[in-house]
Amino acid sequence: MSRSFTPKVVTANALLEGDAVWLTEDDRWTRDMAQAELIEDEAHADIRLLFGAAQRNTVVGVYLVDARRGPHGPEPVHFREEFRTRGPSNYAHGKQVEL
Amino acid sequence: MYVYNDFDESFVRERVAQFRAQVDRRIDGSLTEDEFRPLRLMNGLYLQLHAYMLRVAIPYGTLNVAQMRQLAYIADRWDKGYGHWTTRQNIQYNWPLLADVPDMLAALADVGMHAIQTSGNTIRNVTADHFAGAAADEIEDPRPVAELLRQWSTDHPEFQFLPRKFKIAVTGSPNDRAVTKAHDIGLRMITRDGEAGFEVIVGGGLGRTPMIGKVIREFLPKADLLPYCEAIVSVYNVLGRRDNKYKARIKITVFENGLDVFRDLVEAKFRDTRAAFTGVDQEILKTIEAQFTPPSFRTASLDGFEAARLANPAFRSWTDTNLADHKAPGYAIVSVSIKKHGATPGDCSSDQMRVLADIAETYGHGELRISHEQNVILPHVHKSDLPAIYQALRSADLATANIGLISDIIACPGMDYCALATARSIPIAQEIAVRFDELKLEHEVGPLKIKISGCINACGHHHVGHIGILGLDRAGVENYQVTIGGDHTETAVIGDRAGPGFSAEEIVPAIERLVLGYLDLRLNQEETFIDTFRRLGIEPFKAVLYPVLEKSDAA
Repeated sequence: MSRSFTPKVVTANALLEGDAVWLTEDDRWTRDMAQAELIEDEAHADIRLLFGAAQRNTVVGVYLVDARRGPHGPEPVHFREEFRTRGPSNYAHGKQVEL
Repeated sequence: MYVYNDFDESFVRERVAQFRAQVDRRIDGSLTEDEFRPLRLMNGLYLQLHAYMLRVAIPYGTLNVAQMRQLAYIADRWDKGYGHWTTRQNIQYNWPLLADVPDMLAALADVGMHAIQTSGNTIRNVTADHFAGAAADEIEDPRPVAELLRQWSTDHPEFQFLPRKFKIAVTGSPNDRAVTKAHDIGLRMITRDGEAGFEVIVGGGLGRTPMIGKVIREFLPKADLLPYCEAIVSVYNVLGRRDNKYKARIKITVFENGLDVFRDLVEAKFRDTRAAFTGVDQEILKTIEAQFTPPSFRTASLDGFEAARLANPAFRSWTDTNLADHKAPGYAIVSVSIKKHGATPGDCSSDQMRVLADIAETYGHGELRISHEQNVILPHVHKSDLPAIYQALRSADLATANIGLISDIIACPGMDYCALATARSIPIAQEIAVRFDELKLEHEVGPLKIKISGCINACGHHHVGHIGILGLDRAGVENYQVTIGGDHTETAVIGDRAGPGFSAEEIVPAIERLVLGYLDLRLNQEETFIDTFRRLGIEPFKAVLYPVLEKSDAA
């Protein structure tokens, strides 16, 4: 019996800077969520999470989180994840500087 | 002010060296995150949504000029040029890089500061009345005792792995400005037969299960303070629940066991601890007290001050709201608002820090305080210097005349920074302040405390705000619950929840309805929001907050 799987991305914080980062299909960590690998299969998600969590000296706090397909790549579903793609709302610090 | 002795100095330096080695080993992969995390937390380093955050203790909220300048230097050198004053008299840097943190800690050590025990299940930064040593209503300066508690609790071998974090606040005045009833231990100075001592309050706290502290000892002689506190924390350390994080605070221990059982255990333990304290604590206290002698206050004419008040309405308005009574004739306590309308509550730029340090050096006997309400205090200012101070503050965008008013909002960092937050706090605070500034109503509304937290942990003290706002995640959308009637003073009360929450778009209009509703409900201009609430109860306030619901109920 198949059940629907909400697409996911693997995300974490960079060890050295603390930046929010996402895992790409070619095993890099990107600062831009749109470049992340959108995972649409549950078994593959587990494998990618294990792969990400093994990068212990690059990233911290690896987790899978819901995402959706957007015109430029994966987009956040929850507002918390949206803030992580952008930075705080009170100053143009964080990622929005580069956006 | 307290100056580090050789022991403090070498201890703090050693901790910096240890942490530097720990960071190196984390970066080269010798330590895993699981191993490193408790080590970084012991040194105040958190990992938040967008970056690391370093939380630095400002013991009992007191800073000297050199320390304030160093905080500015750290903000410029290793952060983004600002710091955030917190509700527990800490400063938080929001953007440090991991590899830089040991250098930041070394720079703090250069001015007798540290970030030790600003996180973790330890006794945290000891907070005090921000008017300590200056307030007209004060019995005694509580800071020597707070410093004694800091020394006792720092690296205390028995208390490094408590069931949960532990917060102590001290006030030397009958008017409680340190929120002692919302702390794990609250110490309120009182006198008995001419002797100063403490009313000891235990088991207060906000968060998930808000509770007002209970008096465990009506009068504790000052000399018994450390052995008694040690007895309390020791009993809690054994009895406190480690099986459930949400039931691990001392408030739950006291609640589940009952105050009488808890008190009996503490008093029994106290017999041992008092015997074990040989009096060395009192000798140390004497040397600490010698470093907190009041400045030599001067006398000068107040004619210029009065003339400036008459000549400049903006200055007059500022002196009406931002001054408090000082114990010395001709002096005032200045509260510098870090709540300019539309700005982030508690955020202070490095330039502003330097201006504040300069003012304190020139006019303020070299002292500064950070209040739990996220403002900066100049505790000792002669009124004749106020016109010059006001001009200097204006030039640094620090002359907002709103202390105690609706825009003087406490707000936690919320989901703009904090990894625990469930919604944002800062934009709500900004919007409320801007809205009431547009309406030009805040002086008409008068004293009103709005406190905003971005999650149930309640760093923004929303439960004890006259109006409290709690940001939650309701099915993936930010939602704001309102409480009314809280009180953070010696008559502390947890506010009542008004009803269903509001969306981010609805919350500011809802607060506006509530405040305008109060203006209609009050007996006269002198009746404050909280007094009107106490007279009428919550129902009329609910009616203005939920007008549509009221209509449909009536239909």
